[in-house]
Amino acid sequence: MADPALVHLTVNGQPLQVPAGTLLIEACKQHGIEVPSFCYYPNLSLQAACRMCLVEIEKMPKLQTACTVVVSEGMVVNSDSETVHRARKSAIEFILTNHPLDCPVCDAGGECELQDMTFKYGAEQGRFVEPKRHREEQQWSPVVYFDRPRCILCYRCVRACGEGMDVWALGVANRGINATIIPSHQDHLECEECGNCIDICPVGALTSGAYRYQTRPWEMQHVGAICTFCGDGCKTTLGVRNGEILRGDNRDKSGINGDFLCIKGRYGLDFTRHPERLKQPLARRDGELQPVSWGYALETAAKRWREIQKAQGAIGVIGSTRILNEEAYTLQKFARQVLGTPHLDHHRTADFPALFDALAGRGAESLARLDDLKTAPAVLLVGGDPTPQHPLTAWNLRWGYRQHKTRLYVLNSGDIKLRRQAYRYAQVASLAAAVRYLNGEGEAQSAPLTGVAEPSEKRWPQTPAAEVARLDEGLQDFRARLRQEQDVIIVFSGDIAGDSVRDLVAFGNSLSGQTRYLALADNANARGAADMGLYPDLLPGYVPVAAGQAGLNLEQMLAALPRQGLASLYVVGANPFRSHPVAAGDLKQTFLVVQDLFLTETARQADLVFPALCAYEKAGTVTNTGGQVQPQRRGGGCEGAKSDLEILHRLAAAMGEAAWGAADPDRTLQEIRAQVKGYDLPLAKLLAGEAPLALPLNGRVPRAAADLPLRPHHDTLFTAGTLGRYSATLNSVMEGRADKR
Amino acid sequence: MSPFSPQLEARFRELMQRYPARRSALVPMLLYAQDELGWLTPAAVQRIAELLAETELAVREVIGYYSMLRTEPTGKYHVQVCTNISCLLRGGDELYAHCERRLGVGHKQTAADGVFSLEEVECIGACSWAPAVQVNYDFHQELTVEQLDKILDAYAARARGERTDS
Repeated sequence: MADPALVHLTVNGQPLQVPAGTLLIEACKQHGIEVPSFCYYPNLSLQAACRMCLVEIEKMPKLQTACTVVVSEGMVVNSDSETVHRARKSAIEFILTNHPLDCPVCDAGGECELQDMTFKYGAEQGRFVEPKRHREEQQWSPVVYFDRPRCILCYRCVRACGEGMDVWALGVANRGINATIIPSHQDHLECEECGNCIDICPVGALTSGAYRYQTRPWEMQHVGAICTFCGDGCKTTLGVRNGEILRGDNRDKSGINGDFLCIKGRYGLDFTRHPERLKQPLARRDGELQPVSWGYALETAAKRWREIQKAQGAIGVIGSTRILNEEAYTLQKFARQVLGTPHLDHHRTADFPALFDALAGRGAESLARLDDLKTAPAVLLVGGDPTPQHPLTAWNLRWGYRQHKTRLYVLNSGDIKLRRQAYRYAQVASLAAAVRYLNGEGEAQSAPLTGVAEPSEKRWPQTPAAEVARLDEGLQDFRARLRQEQDVIIVFSGDIAGDSVRDLVAFGNSLSGQTRYLALADNANARGAADMGLYPDLLPGYVPVAAGQAGLNLEQMLAALPRQGLASLYVVGANPFRSHPVAAGDLKQTFLVVQDLFLTETARQADLVFPALCAYEKAGTVTNTGGQVQPQRRGGGCEGAKSDLEILHRLAAAMGEAAWGAADPDRTLQEIRAQVKGYDLPLAKLLAGEAPLALPLNGRVPRAAADLPLRPHHDTLFTAGTLGRYSATLNSVMEGRADKR
Repeated sequence: MSPFSPQLEARFRELMQRYPARRSALVPMLLYAQDELGWLTPAAVQRIAELLAETELAVREVIGYYSMLRTEPTGKYHVQVCTNISCLLRGGDELYAHCERRLGVGHKQTAADGVFSLEEVECIGACSWAPAVQVNYDFHQELTVEQLDKILDAYAARARGERTDS
């Protein structure tokens, strides 16, 4: 034997070599030998419930379930014998005993594993002649329906909900023929409504309230888009029929999110169909916003801006954290070159400049991808609450805890759900003081603890239960243990900024092993907005503007409004007046142009409103909070609205910039790849969705002239900034909750 | 507020120490709880889940699995008639049919006066003395319909507060 770690076995006469400890079903899969199964699901606990994966193994008297047998040296397996074929036929026949044949109206029809298995392995006739047992379908929540007779009891939903989501809202009641999946609260679910149980269901037993009975799967185009809600950058496969987005899911598991998707990525996308979507430009006439033509709107904006430029009035530009990279890049170019203004910013929710400044001189080895959290030996999480705000980050942290015993150190000012996976948890009054203490400055008392890890019953007994730290030694112990770690990923949210980020990096760099960093920013392209230079003092790639050339930041721009300090404010896909309401009269002297999907608090005050397409309706690239760049593909459309890129190009044309030409995201991407440090990514990898990492590490990044506080959204599970308010499904879930209280 | 007596709470505390994993105490706790309360009330489920740091759902899963754990009240006397092989061969099904007629209730139902409830059960381990009937924790074996009637009469009398010899 060459390598003791490899095991040799024979399947259907074919010799295989796989690592010791591999499950037989996985060994077969790796070598292209199909062993069918329903209940087996990689990375969930083993079930052996469906009996589809039975194979013959020499010297074993009965057929064995390939999903639970670990390969052993010299094993001889037959997965293609007459006996095995008969066993599969029987398993299917048995599963179909009470399974209704309502495939023609079932949501899963056409993408049902039971249909496929019956087609490939099933018997042409069943011997059961008894009437099938019928049960009425049940609505468990606004988004989850259960059709009991269709259920084949594979327990995938139970395991995905418990092990994957740490929600444990699904179980199995009764036994034998009466066995059934049950929800957490007798007749309804109280859970995170992520819908992973629906995706993972091999049949149509669990269906989505937002999608059921609307269409057939083959009538839709399936478009791999990137979710436009949080900054994690999950892939959501849009089901699009006649230009209308009917659903999002991740059944093909091809994104960086694997098989995960949260409620926002799955259901939130119905904002695209909201009746209040803006479909034509609006202009203020006689004090009212009234529909106007695109030509008029573009001409009006161009004319006013040229006048203001002539009069040397100040123009402010506020960009979006949801627009695509190409659009953010073009917006900064438009602001700087066409409008000729340095006053440019966006709603900041994480301090990327401080991170990259602190990491100056380092390379890719110091940045963590979201995926790395799945295998990290140790993670330090500072601030934030990933469970509702960064669901994929939380999923990956739980994955690491479950599969790799990740030691999760949590430093937070509150009590977050990831406490259940925490190895050490320090709840502190001031994150900044606690980080300073970690970095060896100040006393532990300066960062008073408000709580420490409590002993909790762990779901996975292989992980040692967290020991209780005493309040007085909590933070000392926390730091001492971190210092012994050899490989740490430090994840931090917008709850810390500026010098705290620098302190944190200094602490991380002082550790003896490898340390990687991940900053969590809200909204799908918050990182892209930062990388593309939507800053008053930073050009794309965090290149500082010439000394003394920095413009006003977002807070300064908004503060200038009451003083009539801005002649014009151009807001692209942002809603600054939500957090900074303006008084009547503040905007009297300011020509306000807003470009958005809806009439937001900001758009309502505008002199001119351009209707924009959302991320699912245009093509380009987005960068997730960890810096992974992914292609955004066009799913639906919205007649009358235009992409931000097209609006910018048309505005440039209206202002006489002939060289700009027509909007072309591919050309802009080429420009970004050539111009923006860290974005010279291999196009093939980028377009294939491999999510290559942008490395905008570019030397020291100067501190902003004025310290700008970050304003994280602190979203809940069912909210997502301004955009989430326009999702009927997210709202219905929240209303459902409110009714029960 | 615990739905259990202080004695039972103390017993639970002892039980939970007995196993390497606390949740292993679940089945005995459910049995003792049922003995004390007659059935597993929502409050009992909630309290046991709380003691074991499990979800109520996890507790309900286990209750659903075992037919001897009940989530609905029974009569004062729960008549369990075995109709499994040995008892069937010796007339168990006749006993069951008789009970249905006499008590006016079917499987897992409780008579209106709350005295008797009926259940058709699988083997109760009394094959050598078939046919057998279990009333609460008492066994009655090698029965005929007439004998069963006498036994039920005695229980009915006891329910009325009369002293009987049986």
